[in-house]
Amino acid sequence: MRKEIPLFIVLVCGIFMALQFFVPHSWSQFLYRYALDWLIVIGIFALALGIWSFIKVSYDKIQRRSENWPYAIIALAGLFGMIFFGLWFMGGLESYMYRHFFSFIMIPIQATMFALLAFFIASAAYRAFRARSILATVLLLGALVVMLRFNPFLGPLGEPMAKLADWILNVPNLAAKRAIIMGIGLGMVATALKVILGIERGYMGRD
Amino acid sequence: MITRKTAWLIVVMMLMAVVGWAQPNPVAEEAPGVTPPAPPTAVTATDSPDDAGRSITVRWQLSPDDGGGRSTVIQYKIFRGETAEGPFVERGVALSLAKIYVDRGTEATNDPNFFPNKTDFYYKVAAVSAAGAEGMSAAAGPTQATEQWYNIGRTPTFVAVLTFTALTLYFISRARKKADLYIRPLAGIEAVDEAIGRATEMGRPILYVMGLGTAADIATIASFTILGRVAKKVAEYQTSLIVPCYDPIVMTVAQETVKTAYYDAGRPDAFKEDSVYFVTQSQFAYVAAVNGTMLRELPATNLYLGKFYAESLLLAETGALAGSIQISGTDEVAQIPFFVVACDYTLIGEELYAASAYLGREPLLMGSLKAQDYAKALIIVCALAGITASIFGWTWIVELFRVTN
Repeated sequence: MRKEIPLFIVLVCGIFMALQFFVPHSWSQFLYRYALDWLIVIGIFALALGIWSFIKVSYDKIQRRSENWPYAIIALAGLFGMIFFGLWFMGGLESYMYRHFFSFIMIPIQATMFALLAFFIASAAYRAFRARSILATVLLLGALVVMLRFNPFLGPLGEPMAKLADWILNVPNLAAKRAIIMGIGLGMVATALKVILGIERGYMGRD
Repeated sequence: MITRKTAWLIVVMMLMAVVGWAQPNPVAEEAPGVTPPAPPTAVTATDSPDDAGRSITVRWQLSPDDGGGRSTVIQYKIFRGETAEGPFVERGVALSLAKIYVDRGTEATNDPNFFPNKTDFYYKVAAVSAAGAEGMSAAAGPTQATEQWYNIGRTPTFVAVLTFTALTLYFISRARKKADLYIRPLAGIEAVDEAIGRATEMGRPILYVMGLGTAADIATIASFTILGRVAKKVAEYQTSLIVPCYDPIVMTVAQETVKTAYYDAGRPDAFKEDSVYFVTQSQFAYVAAVNGTMLRELPATNLYLGKFYAESLLLAETGALAGSIQISGTDEVAQIPFFVVACDYTLIGEELYAASAYLGREPLLMGSLKAQDYAKALIIVCALAGITASIFGWTWIVELFRVTN
């Protein structure tokens, strides 16, 4: 019964959520919102498990003096510090400390991580655009045209280059993109069917 | 002290202002406010189709003074009343040249925009000039907003889903009867065994990243299944597995999946709960943590399977720098090129969903892959039919596939 009851719930909920898309009636909308509310409630409980996992892993690192263990102290200090300043210290979420930690530590660090993307794009492009085969050469030429399209110093070549770049983006590129999207759509429906019918149940854990 | 330059500037500006005043003003010529524009005609109000019964669609023919006549109409105001005599309350506006307005509301009785269904309503439309003069139409109605049990506009999707479901069930039933189903090999999937073997030989761990998806994303669900297969092999080869998670629900399910795999491999004692752990729900903090793990632990193999966004290249490039074999797969079309460039093998789009069937070689899962192939053939036939119909101007064929609302 440990497997049958969850599978039955998945079957009923799966069929309901699929049919709900085609039923605009207020009852259908109500049940849909109700299901989403459940998702939020489960998410909140799961977050507690997640935070516990984070604390446990960090604590173990400190206790075992694993490689770079002092970083685990900073991670835990960040977690508890933000909880303390956000909940109790001089005005909670509006407090000076909480807002300044967020604005002047959290946001700049995130922006730095995101900015690294520019360098990684350059190194990845270097590998991708090495003309080692005919296909790689075609890729290189296509990319050159699309990049040159935004170059303001092309003179009389500017317009034909822009047209060629638009054609590359709107015809072969878009066609390939749509083919992938169609395949993804079918794959999604097939996976959903396998889950609803109980054929794919790897997510359920042990009997 | 006004310099000569400033004086010239003032003179030029004054000249420009005088020239501007001399231009004819079309609104002023029509003397708005004195004569209201002619009202719109043929006003109708009908229940909006395919909805939860909280809207009515109002249509009209343009006022003779909208785009023609005296051209004084700048917008239409739509009024609603519960009797033909009123009082009428303004519900919204539509710009000039518009011929339709959908009056929508909510079902919450405490909302100021509450829209009662099964109640008679009358509508009037006023053509409004720039000066605010209104030419009011006659009342149209009564009309009630009613809710529907079936969305007719989504019939093509419904038919497509039914057809695909029937195909899938057919091929699954064939697979149950032990029919031999050939599936073309996928390099990325075949490399999984090799990658796990490499990790074992090198004595280094395998890093499995599920991306930023939630447990409700199909890509994440597919990733759980692949994780189960990978974890089973990892347990058999007695190597170690690291699964840092972005979502706490995903972490809980992934822990259970890996635990099951270790039990199935006959090595429950080798399972470490801390190998599947939660990191953070902040995108770039997650990237920083996973990149740090890559550079410290130097995993032999990195698997990126699930839903990925801007972090895809940050992760994959760091993995490449660390010298790991990398296998990736996502259904986010925009991220596929990044993975193709930075990883050794990439599962493109639907291949991610097919991976679990390839790894398991279970006939029931293979049946659904066969259905996908036939569905793709059907889509190609429909696309060709659509192209032919468009060439010959048979628009009704194209309309058959149109999804509205």
